[in-house]
Amino acid sequence: MQYQKLYKTMSKTIFDKIWDSHIVKQIPDGPSVLYIDRHYIHEVTSPQAFSGLEKRDVKVFRPSQTFATCDHNVPTINQHLPIKDESSRIPVEKLAENTKKHGITYFPLGHPSNGVVHIIGPELGITQVGMTIVCGDSHTSTHGAFGNIAFGIGTSEVEMVLATQSLLQTKPKKMLIQVNGRLNDSVCAKDIILHIISKLGTSSGTGFFIEFAGSAISSLSMEERMTICNMSIEMGARGGLIAPDEITFSYLKGRRYSPKGADWQKAVEKWKELKSDRDAEYDTKYQFKAEDVEPMITYGTNPGMGMAIDSIVPETNEYMGFTKGEKLTEKKIDYVFLGSCTNGRIEDFRAFANFVKGRKKADDVEVWLVPGSIMVENEIEKEGLGDVLRGAGFEIRQPGCSACLGMNDDKVPDKKYCISTSNRNFEGRQGPGARTLLAGPLVAAAAAIYGIVTDPRTIKQNIS
Amino acid sequence: MSFSKFTILESKPVLMPAENIDTDQIIPARFLKTTTRKGFGENLFHDWMYSKNGEKNPEFILNKENGKGKILVAGRNFGCGSSREHAAWAIYDHGFRAVVSSFFADIFRNNALNNGLLPVQVSPEFLQKIFETGESSLVVNLPEKTIKISSTGDCEYFEINTYKQDCLINGYDDIDFLLSNKDAIEKFEQNR
Repeated sequence: MQYQKLYKTMSKTIFDKIWDSHIVKQIPDGPSVLYIDRHYIHEVTSPQAFSGLEKRDVKVFRPSQTFATCDHNVPTINQHLPIKDESSRIPVEKLAENTKKHGITYFPLGHPSNGVVHIIGPELGITQVGMTIVCGDSHTSTHGAFGNIAFGIGTSEVEMVLATQSLLQTKPKKMLIQVNGRLNDSVCAKDIILHIISKLGTSSGTGFFIEFAGSAISSLSMEERMTICNMSIEMGARGGLIAPDEITFSYLKGRRYSPKGADWQKAVEKWKELKSDRDAEYDTKYQFKAEDVEPMITYGTNPGMGMAIDSIVPETNEYMGFTKGEKLTEKKIDYVFLGSCTNGRIEDFRAFANFVKGRKKADDVEVWLVPGSIMVENEIEKEGLGDVLRGAGFEIRQPGCSACLGMNDDKVPDKKYCISTSNRNFEGRQGPGARTLLAGPLVAAAAAIYGIVTDPRTIKQNIS
Repeated sequence: MSFSKFTILESKPVLMPAENIDTDQIIPARFLKTTTRKGFGENLFHDWMYSKNGEKNPEFILNKENGKGKILVAGRNFGCGSSREHAAWAIYDHGFRAVVSSFFADIFRNNALNNGLLPVQVSPEFLQKIFETGESSLVVNLPEKTIKISSTGDCEYFEINTYKQDCLINGYDDIDFLLSNKDAIEKFEQNR
């Protein structure tokens, strides 16, 4: 009994293991000083942190552990020209100035490594395994896909990490979400996470850190896993992670910042150990069946207001202009946005391009195809997807956060409907009065071709 | 950034019973372009404050006579969404010093605490009582960790860890604390 009890307290989740190995100090009846391995910054949430440092006359403590990119404010056309809008240009210039002054690696506009912060980190192998990763951006949870504790922070916390490479954090509770089984055709990772949020609600994860597991999760590619972890914040969770495996290691191998040679072998050996013990305890557990997941769409103004695309709207939503009981399929769509840290990676473009191949864009739909990074943009051309997309009547824009939050010119006008592969459908998120319907890349592609909400299962699809 | 000390706050509440008020409602992304911490109060709840033609919306609580006070009381899951600290800055800049709800989003709660804005989490029943009591002033007592409805005397304890309580009462912030622990941080790095 005694032995069992002891054994029990020793069992840990992957979250416990990473958390415990990053504690510098524990304050009695207070938070822990948590060491941070990687810190990403962008132009919107960092300027006030740098001015804070200057006011205190403090230098950046570990500049080599912070990486910067500009993404939120940037235009998605003519990036070679100076940013026209002064209020967008100034924060970008500030970031260049601040990173230069403090010796921080910065990937400016036009740089081959520039792009959306949560796309480039993994792409470059800066995000690895078993790390603590933070950024002044709630979708930092994306990096949990590699088996990391990754979470969004505020600007005061950005300043703390710059000053001390540490944060004061209270350990969250632990939630396990298992998804087992096989996904149906035309169902993607975005549908899994929208399904989960629609069942559990947007505050179900508050106070928790999620571990996603189960056969349907472990069979996903890294990019799909990123889509899942990316939206854990939409349940209110600080983050979500997935235990690393061979898929993780093969994604990271050979990336620019990944360990090389003998260091790589050593790292992989260590990473392989990183999983939850079999009898580790969680505060809450949920189970989902992959077979229950259908192509999803949201009908309301938070990401929990989602449903299978062929369902009827369960409640009237005045802002969205939807009435209880109506169907969304065949509803006229004005805009389509493919992109963002949720669905702006190459696999998303492959899925979209494969669907539209040999078809023509609907005339009365404005479509923004925005790659998540220059690397994604280059890959699109390298694989010939650019020709497919242009052949179907689309243009490809330049990387940035774009219409996910409309900080640049890519705003959806008042009362217009937009099928968006991004992560939030809050009122006014994509522009004042804009009506956002969140969905995956296939539903976006179908809407771009037919100009209406279309269930991709009803369309004969190209063999990829 | 240091902020003013917080001990006991008595004020009329500003009641916003809506649930899930997200940070895009608190301050829309298009107003996040300023590189200082000042002035965000002007755009607090911008798209609710103003109608589409730019005129003040007389129906919105902050534009009404009973919309003046230092304590914002909102429905559950307040502050969900983005990590923008601008949301906390905007609320503070507008003049609020405490936000009361039955549930706060994690990042917003931290951001508020880091700026001297006290998030007071109360039970759903107590929140309901505040909404029902209407304009009666509230007393938030941080040293005692209590919140009281003046007119009815109803009182409830709220939770805050001792460390954060001390920080707010004394006006200290986390950076001061972390900077004073640099030796321990360096030692941690060497021992990894």
